[in-house]
Amino acid sequence: MDPARVWERDAPTSKLVESPCRASLSQTRTNGVWASGPVGVEGAKPLAFFLTMSAPLRALSSLSWRRGWVGVLSLLALPAVWFGGLYLAAIGAMFLTSFWTVDDFSGDLIPGFSLVNFRALLADPTYAHIAERTIGIAAAVTLTDIVLAWPVAFAMVRLAGPRLRAGMMAAVLIPLWSSYLARVYAWRLILSHDGVLNWALAEVGLPGLHIGYSNWAMWIVFSYLWLPFMILPVAAAVERIPPSLLEASADLGAHGLSTFRRVMLPMALPGMVAGAISTFSLTLGDYVTPMLVGGEGSDFIGNVVYSNVGVTNNIPFAAAYAVLPLCVMAGFLLVARKLGAFDAL
Amino acid sequence: MKESLKRQFARFTLCMSVMLPLGQAASAVEPLQAIGKGEGTLNVVAWEGYAQDDWVKPFEAATGCQVHAKYAGSSDEMVALMRSGGGNQYDVVSASGDATLRLIFGHNVQPINLALIPAWKDFIPQLQGPDFNTVKGVHYGVSYEWGPNTLLYSTKIFATAPTSWSVIYDPKYKGQVTVPDNPIQIADAALYLSKTDPALGITDPYELTQPQMDAVAKLLKGQAGLIKKYWALASDEIQLFTSGDAVVGAAWPYQTNTLQAAKVPVADTIPTEGATGWADTWMVSAKAAHPNCAYEWINWVTTPKVQAQQAIYFGETPANTLACKEMDAQQPGACAQYHGDAPASYFDQIKFWKTPRTECGNGKTNCLDYTAWQREWQAIKG
Repeated sequence: MDPARVWERDAPTSKLVESPCRASLSQTRTNGVWASGPVGVEGAKPLAFFLTMSAPLRALSSLSWRRGWVGVLSLLALPAVWFGGLYLAAIGAMFLTSFWTVDDFSGDLIPGFSLVNFRALLADPTYAHIAERTIGIAAAVTLTDIVLAWPVAFAMVRLAGPRLRAGMMAAVLIPLWSSYLARVYAWRLILSHDGVLNWALAEVGLPGLHIGYSNWAMWIVFSYLWLPFMILPVAAAVERIPPSLLEASADLGAHGLSTFRRVMLPMALPGMVAGAISTFSLTLGDYVTPMLVGGEGSDFIGNVVYSNVGVTNNIPFAAAYAVLPLCVMAGFLLVARKLGAFDAL
Repeated sequence: MKESLKRQFARFTLCMSVMLPLGQAASAVEPLQAIGKGEGTLNVVAWEGYAQDDWVKPFEAATGCQVHAKYAGSSDEMVALMRSGGGNQYDVVSASGDATLRLIFGHNVQPINLALIPAWKDFIPQLQGPDFNTVKGVHYGVSYEWGPNTLLYSTKIFATAPTSWSVIYDPKYKGQVTVPDNPIQIADAALYLSKTDPALGITDPYELTQPQMDAVAKLLKGQAGLIKKYWALASDEIQLFTSGDAVVGAAWPYQTNTLQAAKVPVADTIPTEGATGWADTWMVSAKAAHPNCAYEWINWVTTPKVQAQQAIYFGETPANTLACKEMDAQQPGACAQYHGDAPASYFDQIKFWKTPRTECGNGKTNCLDYTAWQREWQAIKG
């Protein structure tokens, strides 16, 4: 936008040139000779531009000028339809369904209002246990990824030169180009009884590990899968810390570790929390990895939901259980906002 | 997922208002009167190994019906698939006896006109109108093949075949056992307990009272600590035995055949306590979009030749008595090996899968229904 037009745009709102000027301005604009009236010098180009605009667009543009909210609304319309129509409506339907029941034998859904699903969830300790496992592993994966991401992120933005840095960035992102399933199956082969891991251990004379198909396997695979989503926000956060602060800390006698603990860590906290939102929610909602690399007693909330929808056809029960991760994530996001995670996004 | 929930919500509200007045007894669909021209496509829900190229390709060439097969890992999954998307996604299903009644009473399958299935008259008598696919004289499907669930073991670990199912509950094999991830697996433990603990009074492994179920669940919860992985698909178990992660487990003959073909040192056996088993039925969806191809398919797979191919490939027994000669022609000795000529007593000793209901079969209604079995199974797995 050129300065002349900025001035013109601002003019009507200033107190000195109250309503008459504003009226005449919008008048000239709806006639399609927007700039030619008050600022004749700049006339030619905008005039040509506006003449090429189709009539409805022109009408919309003038409307959005006169009524500011129209412009905002038209910009938000598409996301609003997506968010309200698909996303919120789906969650609403899920809430509603969680109060329905199923005819045991025929499998027909019976609409209505019943707390039987929630009662069954609370009565059986199995479901609390599965929820604990899901949330526990999601938390463990998040902490692991924070620990693993720090050195990589720090080296990437503080130590590496431009070429190495680009190379590291590519190395972090390249796994995301391959299929999620291919990567999980690869781990299945690595961790299995006669897999690469046990072969390597045997080569160096160590006893084999039996962690294929177990909660350990899930922890390893999840930590690997979601690591890039932690490295990127942490790297961005570390990059934003002014080097002068680190120098000041050193000048004041703090050694490396205490500078890290008292300067870098607090300043990068929003980045870590932003990464944690990804790693935590991605683990919390997953059911494929537990299915493929989990062993006995490895079901996640998602597996129970999946088997109730796809296998036992008890959709209301699945909906009732699916309310839990929704609540967990809502709580997590509230805490994350307090910690400033959304400033870093 | 989210969209489909919403669609299902809309669909079911609509469905409810239409379906409920129809009542419980029978489906409103009339059986086909004559097989017309094929529709060019057939969507199949089947067990792994039931839609092999050996007989699917010739079928496609002969009828012009292109087969799209979807494998299911459990009867529950088959029922769910047949009900998905309004019930018109799939045309035929190879349902086992623990799924058939659920599909019939759920109005998911249509009556079959047996006049259009010439091979039916050659079936063994027990499978011409068994009560798991024939209700009040109406046939809702055509029987296919049957067989026992077996004990699969690594011959590297077991020099001789185990004689008891106790090996899959034995702490000696901790972390090396695998069993199907399927609530009907409870019946295997119930069958074992019916022999080893007669005081419990289990007469039918599918009819369990709460105290009996508690005893079975205790056994299975103890087993959970020994399990490497509960397998969902036959291919999972095959991989577990191939990699050496599992050395003993409950299986189908199909896994044994596949593993032995790949030179993995395994064998299977039916222990002395006996075995649960399956008897499968091809059923046609109530809303089948390709009914003519569906009938063509059922006729194709009940011919002696395909019955024999299927029996040898999967390791099971055909319903068609004429298949015996074909089996021996395809693989000498196969008919006897897969019990194609076995007496009726062999059929009767297998405890075939059926849907657990509250009726105990002795007039009492204090048995646990299938929903209770499903809950118990989730609690066992943890």
